[in-house]
Amino acid sequence: MSVVKVSNVDIAITRGGIKIVENISFEIAAGEILGLVGESGSGKTTVSMALLGHTRKGAVIEAGSIEIDGHQIVGADELELRSLRGGTIAYVPQDPGTALNPGLRISKQILESLEKHLPEQDHETHMARVREILTEVALPSDADFLKRYPHQLSGGQQQRVAIAIAFACRPKVIVCDEPTTGLDVTTQSTVLATIRSLCREHGVAALYVSHDLAVVAELADKVAVMYAGHIVENGDRDEVFFNSVHPYTRRLIRALPDIAGRNQILGISGYAPMPWERPTGCAFAPRCEDAQAICSQTSPVVTQLSSTHNVSCHRHNDATKIVATPREERRAVSATDSHLLSVNGLNGYYGSRQVLFDTNIHIEPGECVALVGESGSGKTTLSRCIGGLHDDYQGDVTFFGKKLGKHALERQKEERRDIQYIFQSPYASINPRRPIGATISRQLELFFGMKGKEAQNRINELLDLVSLPHAIVTSFPDQLSGGERQRVAIARALAAQPKLIVCDEITSALDVSVQASVIETLKKLQESTSVGLLFVTHNLALTRTIADRVAVMRKGTIVEYGGIDAVFNSPKAEYTGRLLQHTPSLK
Amino acid sequence: MSKNLKPKSQLRVLLAQTFKERLAKIGGVIVFAILALVLFGPFFAPYAFDEFIDMPNAPRSSTLLLGADDLGRDVFSRFLNGGRSIIGLSFISTVLGVGLGLLIGLFAASAKQRTDSLIMRFNDILLAFPQIVFVLLVVSGFGSSIFLIALAVGFTHAPRTARIIRAAAAEVMERDFIKAAIAVGEKRHRIILSELLPNVTSPLLVEFGLRMTYSIGLVAAVSFLGLGLQPPAADWGLMINENRGAVTVQPWGVLTPIAAIALFTIGVNFITDSFAKVAIGIDRKGKE
Repeated sequence: MSVVKVSNVDIAITRGGIKIVENISFEIAAGEILGLVGESGSGKTTVSMALLGHTRKGAVIEAGSIEIDGHQIVGADELELRSLRGGTIAYVPQDPGTALNPGLRISKQILESLEKHLPEQDHETHMARVREILTEVALPSDADFLKRYPHQLSGGQQQRVAIAIAFACRPKVIVCDEPTTGLDVTTQSTVLATIRSLCREHGVAALYVSHDLAVVAELADKVAVMYAGHIVENGDRDEVFFNSVHPYTRRLIRALPDIAGRNQILGISGYAPMPWERPTGCAFAPRCEDAQAICSQTSPVVTQLSSTHNVSCHRHNDATKIVATPREERRAVSATDSHLLSVNGLNGYYGSRQVLFDTNIHIEPGECVALVGESGSGKTTLSRCIGGLHDDYQGDVTFFGKKLGKHALERQKEERRDIQYIFQSPYASINPRRPIGATISRQLELFFGMKGKEAQNRINELLDLVSLPHAIVTSFPDQLSGGERQRVAIARALAAQPKLIVCDEITSALDVSVQASVIETLKKLQESTSVGLLFVTHNLALTRTIADRVAVMRKGTIVEYGGIDAVFNSPKAEYTGRLLQHTPSLK
Repeated sequence: MSKNLKPKSQLRVLLAQTFKERLAKIGGVIVFAILALVLFGPFFAPYAFDEFIDMPNAPRSSTLLLGADDLGRDVFSRFLNGGRSIIGLSFISTVLGVGLGLLIGLFAASAKQRTDSLIMRFNDILLAFPQIVFVLLVVSGFGSSIFLIALAVGFTHAPRTARIIRAAAAEVMERDFIKAAIAVGEKRHRIILSELLPNVTSPLLVEFGLRMTYSIGLVAAVSFLGLGLQPPAADWGLMINENRGAVTVQPWGVLTPIAAIALFTIGVNFITDSFAKVAIGIDRKGKE
């Protein structure tokens, strides 16, 4: 018996009638978890909010039916929806930091929905339920904890409070919108376990929305893959992940970094279209290697492959199986006497607080060293010390054996040129009020005095290197997608012809398919120019794909440092083992 | 992907979008009409602004469109002549004040924390002076000249603008593209001019519109109090003061300048409000 029945739902922007999502159908049974995966702009959040009868301002559910535990959501009035929300169907938001009211105590926030939906019970019964649900989400339930405010909890605890609020009234259905995106892997793993056990024990049907395939693979029973407003493939977890048919699903899985280090990652060229720029026919056709004439003319219909497995693709019979490419052997990197970069006994501070403790790292020319760790481990601070952006430290940073000034302005011009820094968010690291061409050419002028025609040619070369069209020079950043912006940031770094590039979480703001192609670009560059890379990330699987050596950081200390395969196959530090164990993966 | 190949100035795109807003269109028509009146009005005045033509406070007639003022001069001719001084003065003082405030704000935001605090606390002291009190103090102390009024009004705007611009610029300073510029060793003045300044143009223009309306109010008030332009000069603020005694028998001498000042202020506000609305859209897209 399905608790959630969604059939043929269209949601459109009222002005202009552009469809955000089209022909969405799925069912979820009690106790079952459906993973809804898709990249940014695919419409997955729109679908999840529609289950609660909510559409964003200016959008409307145009057609179809959504039944939640026998109640029709489409066309229901606000009063009816309000009695369902929080009671029958509950929502776990993405960012608990903003979803919890900072001015209310924990107990009050959980009590609110109980008081609203179960007014016949007295306060004592409600408080008993509050304590019970807190225990179920593995949080303390003593009076002291109940009196706390959200800012007194860690991110993982906040998310578990948000889950407690959602589960307080024993809902039939729960909608989770990327609830673990902002969390560290170990925390993520406990939050996922909490959601899983609550759904199983109480027979709650869950819709779990995520862009992270590995997380969905760990958690979900069924999976639906969304692309450009359509569900392109859905089925049981194993059918979708190990017997996928749609070219997009297949490519998406190949774009996923493999923590076991067996396979190379493969990007998907281009980017997912926004609702107003979707092409006719199959929306994936422009990025699809198997596309034929028919793909760009008519939209594919849903084909049933098994009782549970559906796909909508013209070529579901003969699309190319994308076989995994085995990871290439690492090139041997020869150690030099004076390393490209070496950090010796660095202690870093923020005022009186010490955040880095006696850190040591060496990078050889042409080598990629990954710096991994959870948030607050000090990895960004260390990379900023190297990049000359944080000067509150003691110890040495040497470059080709020569000691570097602490602040960028205390360094030689050549040193500033040879060490380039790429920032985490391409939305923040490029001046939004300057055309792309000017952003790159400024670098050329600053370091090489290059101007006019010469600079123009060099910019075109650089754009070719990062696979961007030449015409992009006249665009402003707000006209580009996140992946394109990050490529611009890479081109800007390459313009200086650096010997070392510090990459600070450069793919964390990007979709997996874009992340994969950015990584491909970097690897190609590394091989052709023998530039050294310091790759800072919290994503262990990604580390394995790109790095030669890895340094694992925890609370400002490097707890393990060594060859990538050695560390990942037989971790010495207990912490590394824990990280590896909690990292979700497909298998 | 790039949609248009020509690099359009973002500011121009913003302005074009602003005037697609209904309120901005209305505001634009009002401002344009008043500016035209102020610029070309004097050429169409039937009499000279200081010519005595009728009885004091004579009512409206076929020859006197808006009647006569307290000394028997034509209200309509004085109205047409009286806008130049107030609009011109307001504009000049706004440019001076907002310009000075912009420099202080950008400098403070990009300075070291101690310098920043020092500048802004001094700024707070200046902020404590009510604008009108400061202007009256200067004008009564040094005598009233047009030049001095513009300078004084402008000077009182500067600390207020500086506060707004510093807040906007401080937020921009935190963004990574500024760090990127620091990391490659850009000089401070280049960071201020080519990284910081273009990213505060939206609040700057809104601030300019707002300060313009304050200027008009201040200049009109100074004239009304008799410390601005001196009789027999025609000036909207002065006219209100001269004719207020007879407002019950001859209201036009007071009402027309008041209506013009009010309309102009409303028009400018319509435009800046719409600009702020449009700019928020673009500035947000740049973030995430």
